[in-house]
Amino acid sequence: MITSILIVFTQLEIFRKISWKKNRFMKTTFLLIFLTGLSFAISPPTDVRAWDSPNDAGGSINIAWRISPDDPMLDGYEISRLAEGAADYEPIGFIGKTRNSYTDEETRDGVKYQYRVAAVKDTIMVYSEPSNYVQSSSQWFNTDRINVLVFATLFIFLILWFTSRAKKGMSLFIRKIAGLDAVEEAVGRATEMGRPILYIPGLSTMADVATIAGLNILGEVAKKTAQYDTKIIVPNRDPIVYTVAREVVKESYTQVGRPDAFNPDSVFFVTDSQFAFAAAVDGIMTREKPATNFFMGYFWAESLIIAETGASTGAIQIAGSDAVMQLPFFITACDYTLIGEELYAASAYLSREPLLLGALKGQDYGKAVIIGVLLAATLLALIANLPVLRLF
Amino acid sequence: MKRRIPLAIVFIFGVLGAIPFLIPHRIIQNADNEFRSSILRIIVAFSLVLGVGSIIRHHFQKIRRKKENWQYSYITLIALVISAIIGLFGGIDARGMLPTQFTVPFTEYVFRFDIQTLYTNIMVPLAATMFSLLAFFMTSAAYRAFRARNVEATILLLSAFVVMLAAVPLVSSFFPKLSAFSEWILTVPNTAAKRGLLFGIALGSMATSLKIILGIERGWLGGTS
Repeated sequence: MITSILIVFTQLEIFRKISWKKNRFMKTTFLLIFLTGLSFAISPPTDVRAWDSPNDAGGSINIAWRISPDDPMLDGYEISRLAEGAADYEPIGFIGKTRNSYTDEETRDGVKYQYRVAAVKDTIMVYSEPSNYVQSSSQWFNTDRINVLVFATLFIFLILWFTSRAKKGMSLFIRKIAGLDAVEEAVGRATEMGRPILYIPGLSTMADVATIAGLNILGEVAKKTAQYDTKIIVPNRDPIVYTVAREVVKESYTQVGRPDAFNPDSVFFVTDSQFAFAAAVDGIMTREKPATNFFMGYFWAESLIIAETGASTGAIQIAGSDAVMQLPFFITACDYTLIGEELYAASAYLSREPLLLGALKGQDYGKAVIIGVLLAATLLALIANLPVLRLF
Repeated sequence: MKRRIPLAIVFIFGVLGAIPFLIPHRIIQNADNEFRSSILRIIVAFSLVLGVGSIIRHHFQKIRRKKENWQYSYITLIALVISAIIGLFGGIDARGMLPTQFTVPFTEYVFRFDIQTLYTNIMVPLAATMFSLLAFFMTSAAYRAFRARNVEATILLLSAFVVMLAAVPLVSSFFPKLSAFSEWILTVPNTAAKRGLLFGIALGSMATSLKIILGIERGWLGGTS
């Protein structure tokens, strides 16, 4: 600001010294240039502040400012920084008008930086006063996630509490899930018809909880197929899932005392290409004509292709997925569908293991807490907007 | 011991996996990235060997036992070997040791058969063909779903009718309120149902992870004992 005032005074002094009589043309030109300059004079942004970006791994500084009063006529703002020990400012970014913040994501932790912001109009740049000195650093705790930590702790406590109660023999009610009750019937049907059972543990990887849930159900289904001596076919899209699925089926056959009945060739890897896998499964369905198809895990666009092909072969179909977009397709094309969390509950439901049922109960209470919080928040929001409160 | 070691590994890595979510410090984040980008890749590479072994074993069995359509297994195995040779020695885009392109005699046409060309000209059209089948499957599924058998099915039918009709430009230009109603169906009841499902899924997924980390759920190990 002081610099600008000095410049204006200097220019006025020069103007005064030019003689009107001797150099009329020069004085007029100077006056015109001076007035044009005044008409384009723009104010810089003010109140530039800089601070270390919170809850990050370092290497980042936030900068904010109050926009220029001439903001509507500007092209934008150029942000430049001065590192400690550096000779001059270096430009680090440009953002459009009306914006009043910027994040410098290329800082070195421990080095002090100072920022300034220039209002830019064509070739004119008017700089703000420099900001405070600031340095970036890594944080040891993400304070934004305290709420998640609190709820997760409460949830873990509920699950452990009900698990311990189940261990002590507390009887736990679990509602009927039609899709899971049908598992026994579906395996029995395949046995009577002398046809195989097709089981697909989704198309995702082991990193997906739905895949793990699908493999848990596979263990229970494989026990039944081992007891009834029914053939099971488990094609896989992911090599790691294939390895685990093979072990799960083998272990289930061993657990029911039929290790000899396990056919290693029944669990196999097909391909990791999504639609090639769908084509292979369609081929298995039309060639082998399985009496029952299970689709348990995570699916994408191929869900309808395989479920419709299965429906056309006349098989009983039980699907379970947490892929919300694919659920309508499964509901349409399959006889039974485990919707969302029912997939995770399936393992406890089928095995009736008290510990698993206890965890399921804890999960239900966790959901009750969420519903309670949602209702309370909705109620508070409604009350806060009551017209009568505006009177106070 | 056969169970204890996998359970211990799952417990340690399950707990370690949750830490980077709460601690943003560079040391923790770098260690997490290193684990995900390097160690997991090595494990996946090893598992791929198992996968290829499974394919070869499965199709050899089929050929040996002369199962139905066993002839196609030859195609699979030959395609596997050829693409492996081209991929390993020919490079991705004809820049490997193996010559994967030549000029057709008496023409200027360059014939390429590197992995990228095979992928673009075989895999992509085949996948697109399978994907396009969805249109027909959707029609047949919609035919079954949109039958007014009970109250719920009738509501579904009417909602679908409104949403589909509003998507037709001519109809929506004549009846702008229909578009607004369709928008309301999608953004209010549809989103509400979806969010309800997502709450359940998030909790279920968290509970399942916890059960696995604590060793309560052992189905993935092949049993509960």
